[in-house]
Amino acid sequence: MKRRDILKGISFGSLGFVGLNPQVKAAELLDHPFDSDDKDKKDPAFKQFGRTEFEKERDAKLFAEQFFNKHEMNTIAVLADIIIPRDERSGSATDAGTPAFIEFIAKDKPEFQTPLRGGLGWLDNEAQKRFGNVFIEITPQQRIEIVEDIAYPERKKPGMSHGVAFFNLMRNLTATAFWSSKIGISDIGYMGNTPNVWNGVPEEVLKQYGL
Amino acid sequence: MESFQIKETPAIYDVIVIGSGAGGGMAVHELTKAGAKVCLLEAGQHYDPADPKYITQMKWPYESPRRGASTRYRPFGDFDAAYGGWDIEGEPYTTKGDTKFKWFRSRMLGGRTNHWGRISLRFGPQDFKRYSIDGLGEDWPIGYEDVSPFYDAVDRLIGVFGSVENLPNDPDSIFLPPPKPRLHEHMLLKGNKNLGITTIPSRLSILTQPINDERGVCFYCHQCNRACVAYADFSSSSCLCKPAMKTRNMDVIYFAMAREVLTDAQTGLANGVSYVDTQTLEEKTVRGRIVVLAASACESARLLLNSKSARFPEGLANSSGVVGKYLHDSTGASRSAVVPALFDRKRYNEDGVGGLHVYSPWWLDNKKLDFPRGYHIEYWGGMGMPAYGFGWGIENMNGMFPDRSGNKREAGGYGASLKDDYRRFYGAYIGMAGRGEAIAREDNYCEIDPEKLDKFGIPVLRFHYKWSDHERLQAKHMHETFEQIIQELGGIPLGAKPTAEQDYGLNLPGEIIHEVGTIRMGNDPKKSALNKWQQAHDVKNLFVVDAAPFVSQGDKNCTWTILALSMRASRYIVEERKAGKL
Repeated sequence: MKRRDILKGISFGSLGFVGLNPQVKAAELLDHPFDSDDKDKKDPAFKQFGRTEFEKERDAKLFAEQFFNKHEMNTIAVLADIIIPRDERSGSATDAGTPAFIEFIAKDKPEFQTPLRGGLGWLDNEAQKRFGNVFIEITPQQRIEIVEDIAYPERKKPGMSHGVAFFNLMRNLTATAFWSSKIGISDIGYMGNTPNVWNGVPEEVLKQYGL
Repeated sequence: MESFQIKETPAIYDVIVIGSGAGGGMAVHELTKAGAKVCLLEAGQHYDPADPKYITQMKWPYESPRRGASTRYRPFGDFDAAYGGWDIEGEPYTTKGDTKFKWFRSRMLGGRTNHWGRISLRFGPQDFKRYSIDGLGEDWPIGYEDVSPFYDAVDRLIGVFGSVENLPNDPDSIFLPPPKPRLHEHMLLKGNKNLGITTIPSRLSILTQPINDERGVCFYCHQCNRACVAYADFSSSSCLCKPAMKTRNMDVIYFAMAREVLTDAQTGLANGVSYVDTQTLEEKTVRGRIVVLAASACESARLLLNSKSARFPEGLANSSGVVGKYLHDSTGASRSAVVPALFDRKRYNEDGVGGLHVYSPWWLDNKKLDFPRGYHIEYWGGMGMPAYGFGWGIENMNGMFPDRSGNKREAGGYGASLKDDYRRFYGAYIGMAGRGEAIAREDNYCEIDPEKLDKFGIPVLRFHYKWSDHERLQAKHMHETFEQIIQELGGIPLGAKPTAEQDYGLNLPGEIIHEVGTIRMGNDPKKSALNKWQQAHDVKNLFVVDAAPFVSQGDKNCTWTILALSMRASRYIVEERKAGKL
């Protein structure tokens, strides 16, 4: 059901509104352009998300810049899919657009730039030392050998602390990117962001918790 | 560069109102309704949450390239309806000594009401008379009985949900029905009952039923901070300024950064306001018979302190010297936790309204405690919409819990089992925050920085602020209570309990965005700047209707009281004008 229909339902049905009112206007406005087949919605304002003029300019500028080079982007993609792989329920981190997000956020929050670039450099150096090639050129099994040494902070393997810090950051950025994507939101089972009438916790759930 | 010559608007308005937040919005609403010709000066831009170009409501996180992360320009996230923030380009403020103070400003119609938490609490009878109770600070020149009819009128005009509880110092409003609790809120109700911590339905200005034809009703998207397309939540822009514009009795001047309140050298009365057009940097003047300040507690104080003349060398309405002093913000401290009973919970839409469905008003007697004033507790949790920050820090958490088969596992990780951890922990986090009353002190103040100017050439504010043991010990008590509440739920507190060296986790002053007290009211013109009608002792046609007149903060949020007092002062202005006294 479309947002518009649900919202109109709230206004006309359950609450006894009549005539044109803010609820109906809201229904029209919130009928999502990406979900909408309404050809009349030509106002470009519908296609963005309430940016001020300054924000539009700033975002456009950030999009026009490129921070990571191609090799770095490829490495981010490989690493992101190790962190969140495809499984029976949903796609992988790269399916959810993680590398593009990391590229953008590094420009938006420059404090990430050095830890990420440095971490990618550390990873390639580690791969070179152990296996004679950069991280994306070694075998999947060899990659996992390195990841095993940096993915578990409490192991505190000597010489790995920088790798651990980098992997923590990559894990967090990847998780944020994945779970806030369309794929991730559907996988996690978030069912909101849609007009509804809240009528409390479902009975069977209250029962489950003895409440 | 454009000419800097001063341009005069020809009209003389009945009233000039500076600022369009809760106080200014209510003033223009009441004054235009009474037929006054009003000029509203707003330092920022126009804003209407139902205009497509401003809408952020119900956008998905992936529509933002930063997935809803905050920026310098949207400190509460990319979809938040506040233009401005802690750190506005070209509009600095400074601090004195080792003071750390944060000042949040919104530059838009409706000000900070567009994104606020909608927590709408009345002050109680004791909140106006704290000096009589504990000997600290001052009593207000008015009592609950003076404000009560205006609270009633605000309830009817704007709408607030809640439950009738008959608590002695948390008076009931005229309530719309409250939303039912979410799952973690049911758990809190049960747990807190065992602990003797009063926990009741929250009181938010969100319409759970229609109150008029101008506004829709809540459709439970949990996004009031993005401002509502249906105007189902209260913001000054939608609910007060907009109806005021419809009367045709008001001109709004946007991008008008007030510099000074102008006075007549002979009479000493206010007769206009000079302001800077922030877009052209032109100096302009608007003339009026009455001036109402509602620029926010600190901004209004700044304006008076900057309005110096031969007759008012210490700034306008400041013969008492109190302007800028007695600045206080609510105290704040918070803690979050994970509740294993909520792992792998059943999914359903749990958005609810934009905020908490239950809260804990102050439930103890300070006479039996080592700190003088109370606090209330706000809660959060539930199966919220993932956005930037989701899953962050899992390496500090997933090692604490055995897997579904009961095997111990290592913190951090990667791959399929990590991916599953996020699913398992989703909706199992809760958090709580105390919001308490600080003591108003003369030596917590804002003043004019002797050197620094903003980009408009207006001298900026300098803050001096210290917490005392009154606030520190209150924060200590908050944290002890938080741990009890979390324990009772079978939860595990996250992070470490803050120590005495960390001021027991007190937020920095200003961070709670409840600044009050800088132009306080009182019966004694030597100890206060305004009388009990929020009228300047020194300048009878000058009023202040934001939170600056507050004598003390209460363990409540200040907005509902700003609204009630602004309505009261505005109606007083109308009566006095009709009686020919203004």
